Amino acid sequence: MTELIRLSAAELGAAIASGETSAVEATQAYLDRIEAVDGEIHAFLHVAAEKALEQARAVDARRAAGEELGPLAGVPVAHKDVFTTKDMPTTAASKILEGWQPPYDATVTERLRDAGLVILGKTNMDEFAMGSSTENSAYGPTRNPWNTERIPGGSSGGSSAAVAAFEAPLATGTDTGGSIRQPAAVCGLVGVKPTYGSSSRYGLIAFASSLDTPGPFARNVLDAALLHEAFSGHDPRDSTSVDAPVPPVVEAARRADVSGMRIGMVKELSGEGYQPGVLQRFTEAVELLESLGAKVVEVSCPSFTTALAAYYLIAPSECSSNLARFDAMRYGLRVGDDGTRSAEEVMSLTRAQGFGPEVKRRIILGTYALSSGYYDAYYGSAQQVRTLIKRDFDAAFEHVDVLISPTTPTTAFPLGERTDDPMAMYLADLCTIPTNLAGNAALSVPCGLAPEDDLPVGLQVMAPALADDRAYQVGAAVEAALRDRWGGDLLSRCSYAV
Amino acid sequence: MSAITRDEVAHLARLARLALPEDELDQLAAQLDVIISAVAKVQEVAKGDIPPTSHALPLTNVYRPDEVRPGLTPDQALAEAPAVEDGRFRVPQILGEEE
Repeated sequence: MTELIRLSAAELGAAIASGETSAVEATQAYLDRIEAVDGEIHAFLHVAAEKALEQARAVDARRAAGEELGPLAGVPVAHKDVFTTKDMPTTAASKILEGWQPPYDATVTERLRDAGLVILGKTNMDEFAMGSSTENSAYGPTRNPWNTERIPGGSSGGSSAAVAAFEAPLATGTDTGGSIRQPAAVCGLVGVKPTYGSSSRYGLIAFASSLDTPGPFARNVLDAALLHEAFSGHDPRDSTSVDAPVPPVVEAARRADVSGMRIGMVKELSGEGYQPGVLQRFTEAVELLESLGAKVVEVSCPSFTTALAAYYLIAPSECSSNLARFDAMRYGLRVGDDGTRSAEEVMSLTRAQGFGPEVKRRIILGTYALSSGYYDAYYGSAQQVRTLIKRDFDAAFEHVDVLISPTTPTTAFPLGERTDDPMAMYLADLCTIPTNLAGNAALSVPCGLAPEDDLPVGLQVMAPALADDRAYQVGAAVEAALRDRWGGDLLSRCSYAV
Repeated sequence: MSAITRDEVAHLARLARLALPEDELDQLAAQLDVIISAVAKVQEVAKGDIPPTSHALPLTNVYRPDEVRPGLTPDQALAEAPAVEDGRFRVPQILGEEE
């Protein structure tokens, strides 16, 4: 059913609501698509075909009974395997959680279900969300639908690949240092990191708790806004959840107007080290915004140049603490428990076998940064840099409504290119990390293909905390203008487009 | 001079309860040396009078009402345990013979 999977999520939701099609038909169409292409893409770690159809039947029954349902009721969604799901395995792409069946649903999972979204399955990712290419999955890499020899981004690379390959109209992700925006950018999609605390971390397997933020992937800005709205909002079960209304993101996505807006181009997030084609498309996007009536100025955020260093101290420190829970005692893998070894020996053997190389690297790095004697020099200094980054954002947002930059310094790189060079891999998050450290909102929207490799380039739009709607408004304006120029969506040029 | 030695990495691995084989320790020491040298950049800009930020949100003392709510049943809590005995988690020996 190519016609069904070609529809946007908003259109599909409307078609289901009007009775033109049903949740079951839509779900079956996507399950068929997954069956056809996921052998090559490997976006999913687990496809829950029967359960998805069951959920779809329940939505159709609720509709038939006259119940008033939301705009995405019956629309399928691919769910990152970092959110707990009580009826599907949850592994965070780690061997230490192989086959683990959580006893409860994450808040995001619960809200997807409440909104009538149909969960197709769980998507591949870098183990415990640590990585920028999905090559750190213990279950094998995911391929980029634009070029299957390239990475789909990470850590939410299964989610981005699933949406780009039309295996799902929508997907969830989590963004700790760029793990939604970077995969969205390199797969030609819209991806959003909402304001920290505005989407719940309850039931999200923790990587770096002060940074982790659930957010949406979609083929267009409006669909992303609809999914954002469906799962965001205050959650009393998350002590860092903000008790504030969800910003009017759907309305902003429909407004798509930048006339009179003040837009700041971050000086530190371009230039040397950036791929020429990325800079070319970014410059064109700036010109486009000006032609649409926005006033674009250059803004300097000097501390952004230290953001990557601060992040690779703060995130590993929090990870070394969070991952201490994988102790081989209450759930998950246990290795070497033969009656001769102590609990500590079993724990150490299990963790050595159950965690992959990047996770071990970050645990050790975090343990180092937090150890007495080094704490002030590393973790303490990184926290001070975090203050400076927040101040740079605050100062910038006194003069401009949003800030823009390329989402990533390069397009999707070849599989295997950076797996032996952790620092090179970390550079993929250069432009996205400042927003995580400051906790504000940012969106990535496609702004063309780089001429040298015909791969997607993303424009990042950063907005103040709890002003996520501004990022959507700018993203939607860019999308609408480029759609006119291209005569359709960028994604229609992907070889996996339907 | 390297930022971190192989012996330090071995010590950190013990602290983090990671029984790493020799070849992994060698590889990690080399990689961590590069990473730590790069992240040490934070020390160049961090000055004494800048307050630290541990969290993006200035929330403090978030409490919920102290009331009983449904939780997991013992069966649910034990369902995914590596080993169970008499309705409890069975774990390997924690104390040595002489302790």
